[in-house]
Amino acid sequence: MKIPRLLQSLLLAAWSLAASAATPPMQVPDTIAQRAAACIACHGREGASADGYFPRLSGKPEVYLFNQLRSFRDGRRFNTDMTHMVQHLSDAYLRELAAYFAGLDLPYPPTPAATDATPAMLARGLALAYQGDATRGIPACAQCHGQALTGVLPGIPGLLGLPRLYLSSQLGAWLTNDRHALAPDCMAEVGRKLTTADINAVTSWLALQPVPADSHPAATLPGPLPIPCSALDR
Amino acid sequence: MKPAMRRLLILLAVLASLALLCVVAVVALNTRGEDPLPADMAAAPVTPSAAQVERGRYLALAGNCAGCHTTRGGAAYAGGVGIETPFGTVFSSNLTPDPQAGIGSWNAAHFWRAMHNGRSKDGRLLYPAFPYPNFTRVTREDSDALFAYLRSVAPAPTPNLAHQLRFPYDTQAALAVWRALSFTPGGFVADPARPAEWNRGAYLVEGLGHCIACHGTRNVLGATEEKLGLSGGLIPVENWYAPSLTSKREAGVADWDPRDIVALLKTGTSARGSVMGPMADVVFRSTQYLDEADLHAMAVYLKALPASEAATAGGAPIRRDARVMERGGKIYDQRCAYCHGDVGQGALGAYPPLAGNRAVLMASTANLIQVVRHGGFLPATAGNPRPYGMPPFNQALDDDEVAAVLTFVRGSWGNDAPAVGGREMLRR
Repeated sequence: MKIPRLLQSLLLAAWSLAASAATPPMQVPDTIAQRAAACIACHGREGASADGYFPRLSGKPEVYLFNQLRSFRDGRRFNTDMTHMVQHLSDAYLRELAAYFAGLDLPYPPTPAATDATPAMLARGLALAYQGDATRGIPACAQCHGQALTGVLPGIPGLLGLPRLYLSSQLGAWLTNDRHALAPDCMAEVGRKLTTADINAVTSWLALQPVPADSHPAATLPGPLPIPCSALDR
Repeated sequence: MKPAMRRLLILLAVLASLALLCVVAVVALNTRGEDPLPADMAAAPVTPSAAQVERGRYLALAGNCAGCHTTRGGAAYAGGVGIETPFGTVFSSNLTPDPQAGIGSWNAAHFWRAMHNGRSKDGRLLYPAFPYPNFTRVTREDSDALFAYLRSVAPAPTPNLAHQLRFPYDTQAALAVWRALSFTPGGFVADPARPAEWNRGAYLVEGLGHCIACHGTRNVLGATEEKLGLSGGLIPVENWYAPSLTSKREAGVADWDPRDIVALLKTGTSARGSVMGPMADVVFRSTQYLDEADLHAMAVYLKALPASEAATAGGAPIRRDARVMERGGKIYDQRCAYCHGDVGQGALGAYPPLAGNRAVLMASTANLIQVVRHGGFLPATAGNPRPYGMPPFNQALDDDEVAAVLTFVRGSWGNDAPAVGGREMLRR
């Protein structure tokens, strides 16, 4: 039997319409990785963002990530998108998301070599990172963030492999009292002593440093903490 | 005296009497239905039972008191949340038992007068951002239980913030006129023709639940239109649309299995749909904690709401710009198809289908724009503790791109709703 072409195309159209209406829903994996897909649009695949503003999540200390997620939810950190994302999530679920990203062990992309910072600024940044400024009561970054600046377990974040824009906006937020942590809020103590010149210097220097082969957070602090800090609470 | 002068005096006298009459009427309308406070305040009973406190805790959840009276991460019920309205910002008050900052010096009769009559302990009229037009239906027994619970929370010394309202809305006189026109105190009146369960649902939905505060229409004075019921409304300033609960084209549940309605309110998701935006907040802070019997009663009431059918689309076929559709389709394939499927079929239990989804097809596009811009997770609840989520796209997509992808979604796979235009994108 020969079906007229018009009828053929009509049948085909009706069939495809019915097919689309009847297309069964997909099945997605019932995993934390699938759930974390909502994070990767900004933070990159597996949370390994390397450019722009957004900070990398993969490999950061679990307690640090959990504390930040809670802080966005509970009003200690301010970012409209982040607050919106986590506002209706429980501690248990935020901890699971934090553990997922903390457990990802992915290579870092090469650190950008370009900078508009002067050699004097970079020297000042290096000094702040490893010596601090004793006259103004500013501890060295390395005293808390580890000798390799890759963070310290369980809750102190690494400072390498992050966009300069992100680093400077965070230090700026400490300076202007717009970023907080649970008490004792050690970084608030440091942040309010910084000047914008300090922030420019240290973030310019940090953003240029290559991530060491062992990028993992250190297991222990290099010495006693200079300031009491909630980041050591589990 | 000249006749002209006499006429003027008479006119002035008449006007003055009319003005006086208006003032008397406004005052009378503002104090009607008020029980006198007990003469001897100290004699009022103040020792609540543990059961009454527990009942009050539950009722505070049913009314989502913390939704407005607790700041993000702040002390429970210490107030200070700014509620933005078209008339300015109203700040919620401290409900903790702190004697200075909170309501520590109140007694149950003061609290009842606030709930039932919208008047504070010191006699000031309260702004209806505190939904006493609904709470006036709450029984004295429930009001006393709520008060007993609030006496039991930790006192917080957080001082109340002054409202930031424009003139004349910042005056008690304007508020008195508003109340004379828009507020009648009165208790919940059960309908004897209806089953007890329906009446329980009505009591919760119309009273503590104050669902109409979002799902109702507001007049130019900002008052909810009782006679229009839960027929949907754009939430002022927030720009989320609370869909009609009386229309099957929006969020009506007349043809839902009551178990699905209970599931939606208890867990945030159900076989028929899930919550987003301000309703996710309501589930997260309030309805997930209600017992099954109360949720079922609300479901019975909501199912029986009279249907208000909006005019069906029909008429001229909807025209779409082919270039916009093509652009939207490309964005969809890049950004959306991974979760929502290549033909909008969604993923079971994770990502909602977009084909045939009434939340996609509704006349108001406010929520679609909000969701694409801001993303979000379903609320984490005991029944859905690890929800899936959607990223915010306001960094990745500009207004034209959001409009294009939504136009594509509303016009593909059998969907046939009008395009999203630039005007809708201007609302933030």
